Amino acid sequence: MALPKRIIKETERLVAEPVPGIQAIPHDDNLRYFDVSIHGPAQSPYEGGVFKLELFLPEDYPMTPPKIRFLTKIYHPNIDRLGRICLDVLKANWSPALQIRTILLSIQALLGAPNPDDPLANDVAQRWKEDEPGAIATAREWTQTHATP
Amino acid sequence: MRPLRLLAAEFPNLACEQLTATDKASSKPKKLHLKPSEGAADSHTEQPPLSPTSSQRLPTLPNNLTVAEERPAKRSHSSTSTHPHPTGDHETDEEVAFSPAYDALVENEPKGKMSEMSDDDFLSGGSDDDFMDESMDSDFEEEDGTQYLDDKDDKPQKKAYEVDFTVLTEGEIKKAQSDAIEESCAILALTPENAAVLLRHFKWNKDRMIEQYMDGSQKLLEEAGVDLTGSNKPELKTVPGFMCDICCEDEDGLQTFSLRCNHRYCADCYRHYLSQKIKEEGEAIRIQCPSDGCKVLVDPKSITMLAGVGVLSRYYELLNRTYVEDRENLRWCPAPNCEFVVDCPVSQKQLHEIVPTVFCTCGHHFCFGCGSNDHQPCPCGLVKKWLKKCEDDSETANWISANTKECPKCQSTIEKNGGCNHMTCRKCKHEFCWVCMGPWNEHGTSWYNCNRYEEKSGIDARDTQAKSRASLERYLHYYNRYANHEQSGKLDKDLYIKTEKKMTMLQSASGMSWIEVQYLDAASKVLQQCRQTLKWTYAFAFYLQRNHLTTIFEDNQKDLEMAVEALSELFEKPTDQLANIKVEMMDKTAYVSNRRVILLDTTAKGLQDGTWEFTVEF
Repeated sequence: MALPKRIIKETERLVAEPVPGIQAIPHDDNLRYFDVSIHGPAQSPYEGGVFKLELFLPEDYPMTPPKIRFLTKIYHPNIDRLGRICLDVLKANWSPALQIRTILLSIQALLGAPNPDDPLANDVAQRWKEDEPGAIATAREWTQTHATP
Repeated sequence: MRPLRLLAAEFPNLACEQLTATDKASSKPKKLHLKPSEGAADSHTEQPPLSPTSSQRLPTLPNNLTVAEERPAKRSHSSTSTHPHPTGDHETDEEVAFSPAYDALVENEPKGKMSEMSDDDFLSGGSDDDFMDESMDSDFEEEDGTQYLDDKDDKPQKKAYEVDFTVLTEGEIKKAQSDAIEESCAILALTPENAAVLLRHFKWNKDRMIEQYMDGSQKLLEEAGVDLTGSNKPELKTVPGFMCDICCEDEDGLQTFSLRCNHRYCADCYRHYLSQKIKEEGEAIRIQCPSDGCKVLVDPKSITMLAGVGVLSRYYELLNRTYVEDRENLRWCPAPNCEFVVDCPVSQKQLHEIVPTVFCTCGHHFCFGCGSNDHQPCPCGLVKKWLKKCEDDSETANWISANTKECPKCQSTIEKNGGCNHMTCRKCKHEFCWVCMGPWNEHGTSWYNCNRYEEKSGIDARDTQAKSRASLERYLHYYNRYANHEQSGKLDKDLYIKTEKKMTMLQSASGMSWIEVQYLDAASKVLQQCRQTLKWTYAFAFYLQRNHLTTIFEDNQKDLEMAVEALSELFEKPTDQLANIKVEMMDKTAYVSNRRVILLDTTAKGLQDGTWEFTVEF
């Protein structure tokens, strides 16, 4: 099936005007599959880390949201051990007017502002609420071990 | 209604039995069946005057228990019994004569006693075998029964366990909606479209809607997604130099659409979006503008204009569905492919005092409160608890604690499956006494006979175990019976086919007509119904406190269960015998059915009056 114009345009723009701190490169053999890397935002425990993600645009895209997963291990209350992300715009609040770039920006923002009240990884969220400095230290440690190139 | 209709068939039998029982020494019920011939004619003629007083001779509870125990013995006589049965020869006037007696019973007698008397009757019914030659008369019985019912029509016929309901078709649902819309239009001077949107926003609560509309309409209208100005008629436009944000198409002459928020997208994307929302996500009244974060709702007019035929039909279906789901008094029939809706005034708050079983036109009967299969007499809350308990692994743990002990040294769980009390743990080789759990070497010379039995630690251990064992046994008692009836109920699916086959075989074997063999079908239906009821009586009884009401309930339950088993046994007889027991079977069917009504009625009354005491909150 031919690639929809929307995907072609989005890809072109991602390459031509990349978002600072975010990189998304489509696979040569599958233009719906992207290798993504996101830099940890400044003043967050993820600062200095580069996190790898995979992104896939399903058949119905943009009517249905893209599928995104962290490949790099990360200590975060809204991201579970398998790298799945709990983010409203990836689910119920998806709108076809959103784009890959906006979604990736949302994920970057999520790294800067973890939300332990709507957890995906329960143990992490609990620690985050009970012992925030400890949790942040662990997040920083994990960033050091897993996300530093 | 069926139980009542058949009542007449049972009744003469009952009155006759009372009479004979009192004529003879009532302490020797067996005789009554062995030498009955003399009593027959007398009892027949004397029935009407005697029946009203028969209640005074009801056996007391302990007697009833004895009678029940004697049952197997009596049944064994059934093949030789010559006790004449009056069922065949009663006429219409007799039927009428019986009704006051029955009325008196229903009105004046506590249900518990009622059941005892009927129990007696049941016994005699079970032993009467020789009126089969009169079987042809039995068809009249039902007719007479109907008449009998009509005679009673001056009194309220509704039983305590029955609820009012109506079955609605899709057309009637639509009509109800348009009626409500029309009315609101008139009151609030809105267009039908806007009234519909507003009503849906308020979940069809007209009063609340009107009230809030009067308070501050503008904000409300925005919230609900109503556009009063009417300036934004949905229309497709071509806009020069437009590029759709969704598909990135920008060719000239592209048809575009936007709501009043002016988030404009091409018509194709809009259609695609609506179809995704309606067909895939099942949304109807809450579809928002496709733009991120825009809360403007896509109005029905726009949907009608944009969506294709398939999507639209699904859309209307969803609107209907939302209507039914929004109204507390409506529920879809849960049977597969059934499109009827049941309207029943029972609210969720009443579910602890009533079990609203409703009968859909499609033949399925279900609980209006929770949508599951009929579970009378057990209230929804208890059903939920019971099913959870049955599924839970907690009972496994219960079993373990009742049947095993832990090695005092290494804590391994041990089940003693025989042998003496000298235990040697297979794991840690620790030797101990199973009775007192103390080390074996302290037992000195009293081998195999623990004389430390009375020591406190031993008593404690035994008490905990006994308690646990008792509660487990109690649960298993109810569960086994529940599961038994459930299993029988499952087999009933085949029973229907079996019944039909039996009916055909019986026809060819006995030369009876199709109408004449209908009693088999009636019996099988009553059997199924009663098994369903019995099944849930066990769940119900499990949660009851022990008191005299519970005892009465269990008596009723026992009566029904025994009657069901007896009928079931008759039903399973080979075809060549079936024709001969037609009257007996019809009698039993009527009796069983009546017992079920009594059980359900008393239970439902207790629920309504709050007289049942439960061991749990629900």
